[in-house]
Amino acid sequence: MTTKLLTALLLGTSILGSAGVAYAEDVTLNIESWRGDDLAIWKDKLIPAFEAKNPGIKVVFAPSAPTEYDAALGAKLAAGSAGDLITCRPFDKSLELYKKGNLADLSSLPGMENFSPVAKSAWQTDDGKVSFCVPMASVIHGFIYNKDAFDKLGIKVPTTRDEFFAALDKIKADGTYIPMAMGTKDLWEAATMGYQNIGPNYWKGEDGRQALIKGEQKLTDKDWVAPYEELAKWKPYLGDGFEAQTYPDSQNLFTLGRAAIYPAGSWEIGLFNTQAQFKMGAFPPPVEKAGDTCYISDHTDIGMGLNAASKHADAAKTFLSWVASPDFATIYANALPGFFSLNSSPVKMADPLAQEFVSWRGKCKSTIRSTYQILSRGTPNLENETWVESANVINGTDTPEAAAKKLQTGLDSWYHPAK
Amino acid sequence: MAAQTRPKRPVRWHIGIFLAPAVLVYTAIMILPLAGTLQLSLFRNVSESQVFVGLGNFRTLFGDPNWSVGFWNALRNNVWFFIIHMLVQNPIGVMLAALLSSPRLRFAAFYRTAIFVPTILSFVIVGFAWKLILSPLWGVAPHLLDFVGLKSLFTPWLGKEQYALIALSLISVWQFVGIPMMLIYAALLSIPEEVIEAAECDGITGLSQFWKIKLPLILPSIGIISILTFVGNFNAFDLIYTAQGALAGPNYSTDILGTFLYRAFFGFQLQVGDPNMGAAIATMMFLIILGGVCVYLFLVQTRLRRYQF
Repeated sequence: MTTKLLTALLLGTSILGSAGVAYAEDVTLNIESWRGDDLAIWKDKLIPAFEAKNPGIKVVFAPSAPTEYDAALGAKLAAGSAGDLITCRPFDKSLELYKKGNLADLSSLPGMENFSPVAKSAWQTDDGKVSFCVPMASVIHGFIYNKDAFDKLGIKVPTTRDEFFAALDKIKADGTYIPMAMGTKDLWEAATMGYQNIGPNYWKGEDGRQALIKGEQKLTDKDWVAPYEELAKWKPYLGDGFEAQTYPDSQNLFTLGRAAIYPAGSWEIGLFNTQAQFKMGAFPPPVEKAGDTCYISDHTDIGMGLNAASKHADAAKTFLSWVASPDFATIYANALPGFFSLNSSPVKMADPLAQEFVSWRGKCKSTIRSTYQILSRGTPNLENETWVESANVINGTDTPEAAAKKLQTGLDSWYHPAK
Repeated sequence: MAAQTRPKRPVRWHIGIFLAPAVLVYTAIMILPLAGTLQLSLFRNVSESQVFVGLGNFRTLFGDPNWSVGFWNALRNNVWFFIIHMLVQNPIGVMLAALLSSPRLRFAAFYRTAIFVPTILSFVIVGFAWKLILSPLWGVAPHLLDFVGLKSLFTPWLGKEQYALIALSLISVWQFVGIPMMLIYAALLSIPEEVIEAAECDGITGLSQFWKIKLPLILPSIGIISILTFVGNFNAFDLIYTAQGALAGPNYSTDILGTFLYRAFFGFQLQVGDPNMGAAIATMMFLIILGGVCVYLFLVQTRLRRYQF
């Protein structure tokens, strides 16, 4: 199956490659991607918009299956048959490609100035000097709530932690709704929607994350244990038997209108819009006191880089500069609500829920998930351990302190930042 | 002088030729991969090239607490998984076979088929179906218990550290109880009528006939079943993976050697796979299974008394 697909793709690229020669003046660029879901958006919206502005450059979007992408791409790069443009996974996988010389240095690409350092962090060398992919999209964490339920119970959207827990208490006392839809069975919900969602407010976003990487802070410090202490308090507000509740269960509980609050990632917006029969709203992770600076997890997810062996490097760079432009951002963000452009210039979006999520960028400081950059390279793997420990804390089988200690001990065993 | 008298026997080529297909196929698909795994476990990837490290990977596996804790946990869980199968699956299998072989039972063929059907189901279906049955939200288990007024007995078994492994073992027992049943059933049918009649003449009937006559006669089959269960359990992976995911939660309480190997070899999420450490774990699994089978072959099977009719 894999070989068949690979052969088909290779065949496809070779035919298209020769097609480019046939129309001598036209340059054809091929895009490698794992986002088969986005094929229609690329074909019908993005590529025509680009080609209209740049006559003489043709673009072909050629995705492969997500699970096969990394292996297929590696094989094609080695064989010299990979496309000109390469969709980048965040962090180590793309960094490895850059180190092998497969991705070109894009630090000086026109348009890169449109992105903040946090947005670029997923596709930079560890010292932050070289960028090798243009950031395309990120997902933002927060809470989606059932507006009808909030109106019925007379609950105001919480902004502080006290208000948040008061709201949960009120929903629980009323009994119509499960206060919060989250389970610990799949582990990652607890870590991604729980710990990484509320955590940045405690460890002060980038400040804490960078300090952790530099070794100035430890996971056992107060700022890193506190989110676990809050997670431990969530337990009574989750549904019956949440220990065996899976991720799809949580989604269904919320979209069926049985739960009031859903700790979310913005990628849910598309699905929830089609499934939920009630009005929805969203709020960022509550802060300690009204007026405190808020921090959100604005996690970089997709980027695009230039194949260092591309024969049409100049045309490809033109395309990448367009990807870095507000034009691209507007089309992309509207076609895929919940996947937000990382561009610094504000993007107009039609979807109200997506608008709400992205509006937090204006008032809060952005950061990415703490475990993704550098810290998950060794054994034990910090990201996996964070899944397990976050679930343990919510289940009540580990205290917040014990969980933090386990994570730090694991990290210490292989990570020794130079001081 | 005497040495010259015996004529040299011709080389018997046909033995080699007849053995060749089986030997070649078995070598290609079993022995070579196994040797490859053993070889892989002796190397380590140092700056993009494979370097021979002797038993270094095994030293890491047992000496480094980051690996050894996981390994011993997986082994302990695996042993417990096996014990539950031995204590539940095989006795129930023998019991079902004894009931089925009773001549007075009606619809025996139907029961036999019904009990055997789960065995041929895919793991994915079994894992998913049981996840739904036991789901605290939409599962039938809480509703059925509620129906008989025992709702308080329900807990989210698959999500609790202390129950998850037992629950999964019992699901696996449910799926595979057909195999010991079939083997024992066949063994029971092959007991000659004369033996049973002779026992009846001596006044041994009913339950005591089973204990004194039939059970000793089917002991070799029970031995075979035990060893099949042992090998199957220590190679198990699919059910845990489909029901609990590769991290075998909660808190690694359902992690068995198969899932531990999977994470090490292929990696998971941000964890990058390490084929060399994976091969070291696979080698340990191979040695454990080999050891178990040897113990059975040399200590148990040689002492089993066989009866010839």
